[in-house]
Amino acid sequence: MTSAEQDVHDGLDGNAIAGLLFDVFGGEMTTAMCECASCGARRPLAETEVYLRAPGTVVRCRSCRSVLMVFVGRQGTTSVDLSGLTRLDAAS
Amino acid sequence: MERTAVPGRLSWLAGDVVQLIDETAGAKSILLDLHGWPGHRAGQHVDVRLTAEDGYEAERSYSIASAPEDDNVVLTVERLENGEVSPYLVDELRPGDELELRGPIGGYFVWENALGGPLLLLAGGSGIVPLRAMLRHWVATESSVPVRLLYSARTLEDVIYHDELARLAAYDEVDIRFTLTRDAPEEWRGYRRRIDREILAEVAWPPAERPLVYICGPTAFVEVAATTLVQLGHDAARIKTERFGPTGG
Amino acid sequence: MAHISRGFTGRRDTSIDPARVPPGQYVTNDFPVLSAGPTPHRPLESWTFAISGAIDEPVSWSWNELQALPSETVTVDIHCVTKWSKLDTDWTGVSLDVLLEGVETSAEFIMAFSDGGYTTNLPLEDVTGGKAWIAYAYDGEPLAPEHGGPARLLVPHLYFWKSAKWVRGIALRAEDEPGFWEGYGYHNYGDPWKEQRYQGD
Repeated sequence: MTSAEQDVHDGLDGNAIAGLLFDVFGGEMTTAMCECASCGARRPLAETEVYLRAPGTVVRCRSCRSVLMVFVGRQGTTSVDLSGLTRLDAAS
Repeated sequence: MERTAVPGRLSWLAGDVVQLIDETAGAKSILLDLHGWPGHRAGQHVDVRLTAEDGYEAERSYSIASAPEDDNVVLTVERLENGEVSPYLVDELRPGDELELRGPIGGYFVWENALGGPLLLLAGGSGIVPLRAMLRHWVATESSVPVRLLYSARTLEDVIYHDELARLAAYDEVDIRFTLTRDAPEEWRGYRRRIDREILAEVAWPPAERPLVYICGPTAFVEVAATTLVQLGHDAARIKTERFGPTGG
Repeated sequence: MAHISRGFTGRRDTSIDPARVPPGQYVTNDFPVLSAGPTPHRPLESWTFAISGAIDEPVSWSWNELQALPSETVTVDIHCVTKWSKLDTDWTGVSLDVLLEGVETSAEFIMAFSDGGYTTNLPLEDVTGGKAWIAYAYDGEPLAPEHGGPARLLVPHLYFWKSAKWVRGIALRAEDEPGFWEGYGYHNYGDPWKEQRYQGD
């Protein structure tokens, strides 16, 4: 949740990339739990801060704003950088 | 995990536009006949893709406005001022046209009767769309889960599904309230401002009731609602949020 | 056969002279807002622009000091790697030539830094010689936060991700190092006329 001092951000949330996540991971991922490598916060991907078409898609930790994942699409291939996560657990 | 026709693949489907319904001056419902539609859960969305003759593409996500039990898949689209996709869907699309989409998408922002309640639904503007799918599912399953909806809109004319919501309010277990943020008729007795702590304290169940909460709308609306409910003592784990952009598409 | 949406053209302006449009771009009359993170809100009292790195002494300007420098208004075309181009945009700001005047360096590269953590790298020669500005007004109005205000870097001859929003300084560097998007696979240089969108293009 945002604190009073933080900027009210203008991003969306992980629901906005449900289709992209499905393409990349091969299944529904908005309920998958992720853990931020920067601050340790754990939340479902649906609750991350998402910046679309930025030109890539940037997914940030809602607690500390660090970058969790970056997706860059290029002619039918999507490259994914997950180095901002320490964990990503898909719901079973 | 979600099931689709081909495991691991979200395929594009072409649907036939069966009917268009003017919901408000700025919003239209699109009824679709989709071949190969696997069914959906209330709250899910689809990705719609438009392709121009020269190959130029634009893609946007739209919440499914219909319940899983309804005959047609319905999308309700609000025309955005400088949008690329919404003006086409609202102003140009005709019955008989084909619409390319894929889905259903999303497993987080979903409600079904088996999840129980009580159910607190908070809608900001076009955020009412997925919540209306949940309400239609509630009716179709003859649910006994108590439901409260708070719908924030600019004016009464901007309220989508007004008549349907009025009919829903007649159910004993359903409580529907509106807040109009820009302009209200003189005789209006509902709320007349953006949601705040006072409104939410009045509308929400006490935290001890542990409601399932679904908040959908512009980012700022969702932020205020979710933060305030947690401050009021509600369990963050029982609050599901879906943010629509300030500019959408 | 690919699906075609009857009657859909999008919001492109197709009346433009094609010679003004780099390959693969569409002209828009809107001004799309694209960002990799939340819009910072930097109070002008605490805003500074600094030049640091491979120079004897770092220099910096407060907002008032920047405003006092000679400025220009330029009309340029801008090209975003997401394929939209916007023609004849008016910007007011201070040329990097003015800011670098008197700065002696052997550095050949810069890294631009912004509030919010965004970075982008450029050759020093691509921000000198009348090619780059610290822009604080767009279309005659103070630059809006969502478009990079209070001030952004403006380097119109390259893809617009190089025109760092919310810029706070440049570091002069002997070695080139990738900035934010360059590190995620976008092209190190980014010439729209050679369609240098991604690494290897």
